[in-house]
Amino acid sequence: MFPPIPNPSVAPDAAKPRFGEKDIVRRSASEVTPPAERLTEVAKLIDVTKCIGCKACQAACLEWNNLTEEIGFNHGVYENPMDLTPNTFTLMRFTEWENPETENLEWLIRKDGCMHCEDPGCLKACPAPGAIVQYSNGIVDFQHANCIGCGYCIKGCPFNIPRISKVDHTAYKCTLCSDRVAVGQGPACQKACPTQAIVFGTKQEMKDWADFRIKDLKSRGFDNAGLYDPQGVGGTHVMYVLHHADTPSIYAGLPDNPTISPIVDAWKGVTKYVGLAVMGFAAAAGFLHYVVAGPNKVSAEDEENAEKLTEGTAPPPPDPAQSQGNTQHGSTP
Amino acid sequence: MTNSWTDIRNTDLVIIMGGNAAEAHPCGFKWVTEAKANRGAKLIVVDPRFNRSASVADYYAPIRQGTDIAFLMGLINWCISNDKVQWAYTKAFTNATFIVKEGFEYQDGLFTGYDESKRDYNRDTWEYEIGPDGYAVVDDTLTHPRCVWNLLKQHVSVYTPEMVERICGTPKEKFLHIAQMIGECSSPTKTMTSMYALGWTQHSKGAQNIRGMAMLQLILGNIGVRGGGMNALRGHSNIQGLTDIGLLSNSLPGYLNLPTDKETDINVYMSTRGFKPLRPNQMSYWQNYRKFFVSFMKSMYGSAATAENNWAYDYLPKLDVPSYDILRMFDLMKQGKINVYFCQGFNPLQAFPNKAKLAEGLSKLKLLVVMDPLQTETARFWEDHGVFNKATPASIQTEVIQLPTTCFAEDEGSLVNSGRWLQWHWPGGSPPGEAKHDTWIMSQIFLRLKALYAKEGGAFPDPILNLSWNYKDPGEPSPEELAKEMNGSALVDVLDPVDPTKKVLEAGKLVSGFGVLRDDGTTAAGCWIYSGSYTEAGNMMARRDNSDPDATGAYLKWAFAWPANRRILYNRASCDLDGKPWDPSRKLIEWDGSKWTGYDVPDIAPTAKPQDVGPFIMNAEGTGRLFARKMMRDGPFPVHYEPFESPVANVIAPKIVGNPVARVFPDDWKQFAKTGTPDFPYAATTYRLTEHFHYWTKNNHVNAVLQPQQFVEISEELAREKGIEKGGWARVWSIRGEILAKAVVTKRIKPMTIDGKTVHVVGIPIHWGFVGAARKGFPANVLTPFVGDANIETPEFKAFLVNIEASTGPVA
Amino acid sequence: MTTAYDHKPETPDDVEPGDAVHPGHPVTVDRYTVGARINHWITATSLVLLALSGMALFTPRLFFLTSLFGGGQWTRAIHPWIGVVLFFSFLLLFVRFFKANLPAREDVTWVAHSADLLAGREEKMPEVGKYNAGQKFVFWSMSGLIIVLIASGVVMWDQYFYDLTTIEQKRIAILVHAIAAVCIICVWIIHVYAAIWVKGTIGAMTRGKVTGGWAWRHHRKWLRELVGKKPPRAPAE
Repeated sequence: MFPPIPNPSVAPDAAKPRFGEKDIVRRSASEVTPPAERLTEVAKLIDVTKCIGCKACQAACLEWNNLTEEIGFNHGVYENPMDLTPNTFTLMRFTEWENPETENLEWLIRKDGCMHCEDPGCLKACPAPGAIVQYSNGIVDFQHANCIGCGYCIKGCPFNIPRISKVDHTAYKCTLCSDRVAVGQGPACQKACPTQAIVFGTKQEMKDWADFRIKDLKSRGFDNAGLYDPQGVGGTHVMYVLHHADTPSIYAGLPDNPTISPIVDAWKGVTKYVGLAVMGFAAAAGFLHYVVAGPNKVSAEDEENAEKLTEGTAPPPPDPAQSQGNTQHGSTP
Repeated sequence: MTNSWTDIRNTDLVIIMGGNAAEAHPCGFKWVTEAKANRGAKLIVVDPRFNRSASVADYYAPIRQGTDIAFLMGLINWCISNDKVQWAYTKAFTNATFIVKEGFEYQDGLFTGYDESKRDYNRDTWEYEIGPDGYAVVDDTLTHPRCVWNLLKQHVSVYTPEMVERICGTPKEKFLHIAQMIGECSSPTKTMTSMYALGWTQHSKGAQNIRGMAMLQLILGNIGVRGGGMNALRGHSNIQGLTDIGLLSNSLPGYLNLPTDKETDINVYMSTRGFKPLRPNQMSYWQNYRKFFVSFMKSMYGSAATAENNWAYDYLPKLDVPSYDILRMFDLMKQGKINVYFCQGFNPLQAFPNKAKLAEGLSKLKLLVVMDPLQTETARFWEDHGVFNKATPASIQTEVIQLPTTCFAEDEGSLVNSGRWLQWHWPGGSPPGEAKHDTWIMSQIFLRLKALYAKEGGAFPDPILNLSWNYKDPGEPSPEELAKEMNGSALVDVLDPVDPTKKVLEAGKLVSGFGVLRDDGTTAAGCWIYSGSYTEAGNMMARRDNSDPDATGAYLKWAFAWPANRRILYNRASCDLDGKPWDPSRKLIEWDGSKWTGYDVPDIAPTAKPQDVGPFIMNAEGTGRLFARKMMRDGPFPVHYEPFESPVANVIAPKIVGNPVARVFPDDWKQFAKTGTPDFPYAATTYRLTEHFHYWTKNNHVNAVLQPQQFVEISEELAREKGIEKGGWARVWSIRGEILAKAVVTKRIKPMTIDGKTVHVVGIPIHWGFVGAARKGFPANVLTPFVGDANIETPEFKAFLVNIEASTGPVA
Repeated sequence: MTTAYDHKPETPDDVEPGDAVHPGHPVTVDRYTVGARINHWITATSLVLLALSGMALFTPRLFFLTSLFGGGQWTRAIHPWIGVVLFFSFLLLFVRFFKANLPAREDVTWVAHSADLLAGREEKMPEVGKYNAGQKFVFWSMSGLIIVLIASGVVMWDQYFYDLTTIEQKRIAILVHAIAAVCIICVWIIHVYAAIWVKGTIGAMTRGKVTGGWAWRHHRKWLRELVGKKPPRAPAE
């Protein structure tokens, strides 16, 4: 059994971060040479069934990332703010769900935030080289110096996570505390979680821990308890333990089968290549035509004809009856 | 807590009732999730709302606020009727076998001796029959009709599952389901832990709520064992410390108490505090009261406390009333009888009931001094904040002085947690601006007062002039000095009473525990229960060794737990009569034939034979009390009384309004809504949210972000009925005042059927006020009634009546 | 000799205000007014800038184009605003030109003979008005595509309109925008190529004039109409 260690006690060694540029496996709008050796994949496991919705993770995220969120209003629910924002990388979402089988009320509380997909839609959609990178340990990180604020990442994301700042016009989302992980610490949210509903470790450890949790849940009558590690995006590096893994969408709209939208695929795939080809073809066709057919020049005869016309000596237009191409606009003579 | 936070992981069943641990104690709640994840423990939540604790519970049942006693007595009744009693434990370790005096009776919700005009009982018959040997008479066969067990059986028989449903609104099948889950814990190898907080204390019968569960835990054999106990979750990080060192008007440190004005000399005072054992061989630890008291007086007055002047007994103030609790102080303030109010780390304008009355009281003061690290509403009670705090500053003559203090993170010292652990902490930052430590402020005031008394004399300057004040810097005693003073030390060489040639402790040395304290003036200890926390071996509270042999959850080398570093109180009860653990897999201590050994510090003498000495060493009986004798003002058994404001009459005693012995000031009767009045048809309750801590964190931006604005919670049914929209404004008013708040319309609150009548619940979180970073709001105490618990005067914040309607919100 | 043109009750649709013939040697013809030319070049510049900035964001291989605009952030910020300029500028052009671009019967013949045109057999082409069917195609394609682009562009313009649409709608908008952009660039290539290929054309949009021979060769019907309506009528009519 994986011991529920709240925080790996590793002395931070800033001089030697555990991963960095050399470990990038994907870089938006760029080709990268994959590193020779892949780091052990990490993952954060959010056990929804242990979560009490205290929002300590939300507070820790604001504190660690030095974010200042606006003080909002109450909208008749426990969520605050009402959605992820450029300053709220993680948000507790509360759903009151009446279980049709047991008729019992269940208060489903899910910590929303970046899932750190193995196949990140944001990265795929991003047009700015190096604005989004994926490290070989699975962390998907935004590099704000390269971000152009276009918001394509939002459209690429199957989970509706990134948000564009109105202040610096760059995209923000959970970094999985890449800065902390780089020095051997777990993410701030995980450190703050009082019930260890959030745990962090290698992806395999997290899966094993999830198995242990799922067994416990099944013993309590949650027959559909399971792990949320959606394969549609190649698996994720933030996973959930759900009591009702058969219907993720009851958890405030967690996608049942998330994939990168086919529209995004079409846009970043076939459209790009076909588009470039079509434009290139058009230009090339013109060039070729010019080379082959030569310029279309006005002849001296044309000039003469024009002069004749102005002088009223030009031949009349061909009779429409004789030439189907020569029609009159307006009244016929 | 009888146990500790870390021990909760040893339990099989957690019942959260009278609290909302996940919401109000999220960090401690981790031990519940540990027990669930690693032991397969189950969690039951009983609450008017499906709350954050319920969100992770295995079983939830609703209950109408203020009816916990009916529920608990119903559980006891069910356990007795279904033989879910740990018999060996109950017979040996409780007073079930004790015979109660003839004449004791209970009828129509009242016990013998009630005097309606005094709102009090003559409690003489609420006692044991004393035999010719001077000990209480017992009947081991439990057949005597007046033995506690039979009286209890009879007392709880009215609380059938049907009656529970009628009173509490808990559906019978849900109640029975819970009863069955709990009944399983009558096995010696299964334990239940009770986690409660202000959901039980803030009632006019709060102490009896807790007693009700304690009685159930006793008959299940769950007190003194790992994973069991009565666990009060303290709301402040150091509120346990507050009661420990006696910061209550009628207390002295270490649960000693202040004399009354009838106890004019020390012998009279001590005569009621002898605590002669009621059964043979019992420890009756309060027999040592005099040692603790004299050591305290020596600590206070040093050489001025002598045998000749009865250890300066006359210096102590004498109470002319049971207590000068906060409710009484504000009532006196309102009457114009208080001139100066020192408000240290307290925001009563928000924290005590009936804000209008509190503000009126503060307005009649001459001087209000507020010591606080934060801006408080109390310090600004005179400011006009429109609907949020109507005031006319010009008409208020109270002078207000604010003395900024440091906050916990800027202090050094110890905090006492719910599990009685004294944990030393170090400052994490420097105080801002002009903020000063409380010790500095108090010392400066004291030194100036003392100089004035020295110069001008006065009626009785002695207690001030002779107060012991031996600190390196009299202007600011250090935390270590104060800690050592509370721990206690030998004033002269302390000799062995058996062999006076042997020195037990050298003069000037710190005592290692309260065992060496003397009543002859040779030792001093500011707070006897803290003895052992700062010894010659060093600061025990600063220990940070989290080793835990065999993973028992005791952590004996982490900090210091009072008393005597004991982690589970009454741990002798974890073993059977032969001293063997009830549950060998959860061994705590064990009798090895000659002494007690194990993981915890035994609470009985290490060589006390298991068959002789009972585990409940603080009780003269040596047993736990199912029958509380005359120690509770409102009865030796808990009785279901409705809240003072209730939507329905008391089913079992229709004539009784509220708790018949709770103190009500004359003016306040007029400010209670009548039972079942159509003007205030809804049952309201107040509570905390996890995003906030009382009225502090609304000053913090992050907390204000997480819960920015005041709201009330109502059911979808009530919202429909009243045309209140989710996220819309609602106006909630009681007979005492009104608030405007956003409406959280939720499935988590459902209307209840009480005695055939539909009762709606209105939930009111408490955290808002007119200062701070969060949006301005109303404190919940605008609405709440000015009445407290019959024994300890904790205000009835959890159950009262309101009305509600849709509103357009406050006019900015 | 009188022709039918003299009796036309009104100006033909393809004769735009300012169009005029100046007899001489050679004949010159006023094809575009100053206003039309400025309007055109604003539109043209916008379109080029949009194409460059858009392509920079369309494919990483062209991301370097963002440096023309001061970097990615500027490119992202400026692109939609240029789009707005283009839209309104083109709207004016549209008002100016749409009448002359209404379909005419000879367009069908012209299209049928377009292979002849490309092959240089201009003589086989029918006489056409101010715009031939190819030019009309460019005009109407541009009009349609600009509407599609501005509409999808607004959906994508998160800085101001994020809350108005769903993410799924934005995704569709991006795809549509990309496809429309490819189309409009192709149309633009045709347009520019035609101007380069057909000598004497660029002058129409620079100095506003073409030679009579150019008009005779390419827009004979228009030329006849202009000659017929001489002297030019007051623009007010």
